[in-house]
Amino acid sequence: MKFAVLVQEGPYHHQSSDSAYQFVTAAMDKRHEIIGVFFYHDGVINSSKLADIQADDRNITKRWSEVGEKGVDLVVCIAAAKRRGINDDVLAPGFRISGLGQLTEMAIKSDRLVTFGA
Amino acid sequence: MFVMRKAPYGTIYSFEGLETVLIMGAYEQDVSLLFVDDGVYSIKKGTDTTPLGIKNFSPTFRVLEGYDIEKLYIDKESMDSRGLTLDDFVVEPEVLDKEQIAKLMEEQDVLFPF
Repeated sequence: MKFAVLVQEGPYHHQSSDSAYQFVTAAMDKRHEIIGVFFYHDGVINSSKLADIQADDRNITKRWSEVGEKGVDLVVCIAAAKRRGINDDVLAPGFRISGLGQLTEMAIKSDRLVTFGA
Repeated sequence: MFVMRKAPYGTIYSFEGLETVLIMGAYEQDVSLLFVDDGVYSIKKGTDTTPLGIKNFSPTFRVLEGYDIEKLYIDKESMDSRGLTLDDFVVEPEVLDKEQIAKLMEEQDVLFPF
């Protein structure tokens, strides 16, 4: 099945980033296709490489970059990113900044769009 | 279908949700909006956000028609339990009960909860 994923909450603040990651990796393990992960609202903060994470905690941004390395499109909403200080300078590997049109495309092309949020 | 669930000014969900609605309206998709829970306040008439220092975006819901987004729905229970009637809103959504909403959701390709 072709999945698209929408992440609406910031990392560490809320479970949704973790749940989305678990979902994406589990789906890929089962040979489903993830056509993209779209980060919206505070979800855009998932993409910041500026986070300095303690050694005994999971590194949420790094985990996403690993997912990106496997060919999954990680798209950060530009409108949401701008008002939260996220730009290309702070973007971790694998992420790209684009518009809500990308979310529209994902919703159209996927069999299921799965939202992780509050 | 977009599901507006949250009060408009305490958090940004509703405002950024509306931004998504407006973008998708430009993609000629079959877009509809449902107002439930505190989301019904998003379209309440006469809201004055001046003391908050936040822009009042409720009137923006009125321009959706210009984007060919004409399917607006509201949950009867959410409306009734907040003492609101159709006269209280800046737009005229169709009033649906829980069973009708469930059926409508079942028919959707994609649901966006905001």
